[in-house]
Amino acid sequence: MPRPPSPSIPEKDFLYGALKQALRLDGRAPLEMRTPSLDFGPELGWVECALGKTRVLAQVDAKMVKPPPERPLEGIISIHSEISPMASSEYEPGRPSDEEVAITRMLDKVLRRSDVVDKESLCVLAGQRVWHLRLTLHCLADAGNMLDCACLAGVVALKHFRRPEVEVVGDEVTVHRPSERAPVPLSMHHTPFCFTFAYFPDPATPPVLDPSHLEQQLSAGLVSVALNAQRELCVVQKAGGVPLAADELLRVVDVAVGKAKELDKIVEARLKEDWLGRHVEVR
Amino acid sequence: MPLVLPGEHIPAQHVNLKLGPGLLQLSSVEEGLSIISTRPGDLTHSTNRSKWWIESNSRRYVPAAQESVIGVVIARSGEGWRVDIGSAHMASLDGLAFEGATKRNRPNLKVGSLLYARVSLAHKDMEPELECFDAQTRKAEGFGELKGGFVVRCSLKMCRMLLDPKHFLLPLLGARFPLDTATGLNGKIWITTKEARHVIAASRCVEAVDPDGGGMTEVGVKKFLSTMDI
Repeated sequence: MPRPPSPSIPEKDFLYGALKQALRLDGRAPLEMRTPSLDFGPELGWVECALGKTRVLAQVDAKMVKPPPERPLEGIISIHSEISPMASSEYEPGRPSDEEVAITRMLDKVLRRSDVVDKESLCVLAGQRVWHLRLTLHCLADAGNMLDCACLAGVVALKHFRRPEVEVVGDEVTVHRPSERAPVPLSMHHTPFCFTFAYFPDPATPPVLDPSHLEQQLSAGLVSVALNAQRELCVVQKAGGVPLAADELLRVVDVAVGKAKELDKIVEARLKEDWLGRHVEVR
Repeated sequence: MPLVLPGEHIPAQHVNLKLGPGLLQLSSVEEGLSIISTRPGDLTHSTNRSKWWIESNSRRYVPAAQESVIGVVIARSGEGWRVDIGSAHMASLDGLAFEGATKRNRPNLKVGSLLYARVSLAHKDMEPELECFDAQTRKAEGFGELKGGFVVRCSLKMCRMLLDPKHFLLPLLGARFPLDTATGLNGKIWITTKEARHVIAASRCVEAVDPDGGGMTEVGVKKFLSTMDI
């Protein structure tokens, strides 16, 4: 399937005209995000995040491996995200498109380099055994802003995941099955959320949070800000596009701070609800 | 209206039998002709049982002759243009396939223009061909370039519903604000009104009434419209 052509002239003109009047095609306000809906699977660490019609599936898996000699005291986290044509006919298997590369790099920065999970807590036996966490993300449907959806799915999957409890006596390592001892949550430093703003060629048009597919295609530049609910900035990514004044960028970060607090509440409430629904037997 | 699955044998018998979408005629040596379904859906027939077809829904358009579609021009090719109508192949539109077009007087279409055209030729493995005039009268009759407005994507069943004059949605919207629409059978609807918020309201209603997006009823649409600022 060849790359779909860019939107037609009437669609382009209409979108720019409507945005000048601060009207979005799905009726949202310019700085309003689609409400995320989180669905947890039967296994721990399996979550499907949906932002409107954009859906991403995240899964966390853990196994014990021998650590590399240069870092014997830290666990390993690897993130796998490949966008298949299932997300949209624009993506081809095997050949990473520009957007896919941008998403992979941003996910790496937000989920790995910003130290979301405490790697030292993943160490079981120094130099011999550490936990290797694999976070796999599948993009199921692309209706714009897959990056935010993927980051949210990844972070919630890490929070949802429970690793088996390990007992170390001297040099002997016993991994307890979940039926023997309750699995242990990952030790996380903070919970980052990513917010993407789209800017358009006409400087009079206000920026738009959580762009839809058409808005993303017709945008001139995208700014992604990742931060947590404690007002700490993790990543600011702006890959080319429209020139922005410094105070405009600060305004965008302020908006993102407010949204991060709301999102944090939603995520916590949802995780708690799911946890209460799971049967936990205490002997 | 029984529900049938693909591959089921259909007991359709008539002197002048006509098979519509979703039905295929197979000839087998022992039994003569047998008719099977190729799509899942509701089996329907006309009152005198001469025309049979399957009512199904999908989003992928398969071109058929004499259907009106909305296309986007993607490239010039020689004397004509190549148009994307959402099918597996790009369609070709000849430069002279317009009302009153001569070699010297051709319409000026740019890449990215929106067109309302009729599929004149459509076969399984060939590129479909489009024409921008009515087959019998050879006059424009609404075909041609669509200027302004906005295009909404929907399922194929929704387009067929909108083309039915007894459907409630378009008269309901037309009573609130003046609007002009062109419905393409390839899952695209072009809407234009005087104000942008009316177009947005109309497109959100179309997406809500679409069977894929929930299938809102008339009462639901009225409530939905009252939440919007029209």
